Amino acid sequence: MSQCPVCDNDLSLGADTLKGELLECDDCGTELEVTSIDPLKIEVAPEAEEDWGQ
Amino acid sequence: MGTIRVGFLHSLIRKEEKLLVTEFKKRPNVELVMLDDREMTFDLTAKPEVDVIVERSINHSRALHALRLFQSLGIPCVNTYDVSLTCGDKILTAVALKDHDVPQPDLRIAFTETSALEAIEELGYPVVLKPAVGSWGRLLSKINDRDAAETILEHKTVLGSYHHSIFFIQKYIAKKGRDIRAFVVGGECIAAIYRSSEHWITNTARGASASNCPITPELADICVAAAEAVGGGVLAVDLFETEEGLLVNEVNYTMEFRNSIDTTGVNIPDKVIDFVLSSART
Repeated sequence: MSQCPVCDNDLSLGADTLKGELLECDDCGTELEVTSIDPLKIEVAPEAEEDWGQ
Repeated sequence: MGTIRVGFLHSLIRKEEKLLVTEFKKRPNVELVMLDDREMTFDLTAKPEVDVIVERSINHSRALHALRLFQSLGIPCVNTYDVSLTCGDKILTAVALKDHDVPQPDLRIAFTETSALEAIEELGYPVVLKPAVGSWGRLLSKINDRDAAETILEHKTVLGSYHHSIFFIQKYIAKKGRDIRAFVVGGECIAAIYRSSEHWITNTARGASASNCPITPELADICVAAAEAVGGGVLAVDLFETEEGLLVNEVNYTMEFRNSIDTTGVNIPDKVIDFVLSSART
């Protein structure tokens, strides 16, 4: 179990969670990034940059 | 059959990347090598031990340069550097479509505020001003009259970085609330969605809703032609419906498809992976 770094909400992650994966806190709605799997580390996701996405 | 090592170039793992990784892991004889573009360094000679690269970086600029570097080492890439270069720049895409007689909206390109204003007036209002490089509908301007044109051009020139003074001006197409995104993989149009919104910008990233769009022969033909025009591979083609027929708006090379699998009933990641594996060095 890990906590949202913004609101401390408990986050449940699947066994198939990947490093770099984006997820959304279901309490505060913050977009988060799994920055490490072992040890598990979750941080606020980076802001969108100008050349992101399609 | 030996194991195929697939290099998966990524940064953030969005739903699309997760879907692809999940499907890759179901395949026998495939070893997935995750390559995070935020951690990689290149020295022009060191070569990752992979048989093919599938590019899923969220940043266009990183994707473009990484693909060039990988290809210089002889590694097949999906999509290729040339395809990414063309699709990542609306001006280069427009040229490729023109060269292959693929219909697209009327457009103008200009490099100064003054010439851009002249081009807009010549094209006739309304027009859409777009950054040549950009996505998710960011910084698009629908310009309805000369007052707005003068204001936006001045703001872009004064406040924007230099590439905002490369003016890509497209005739506004009244979309009647929707456009089409179609997916082309390896020369076949595999699925398509309508993107509907009350807003004139119909990107699903901006809240447009997705529904299934039947693949008619006309749609398949123009999508395959557009894909071939930019070099082929795994592509998403955005189109407008008009009284005169379909027009290609954009072609996307790191396509987003999360809203299109359930909507169309097509396993898009599975089709992408088939193509990636068929592109691997054997």
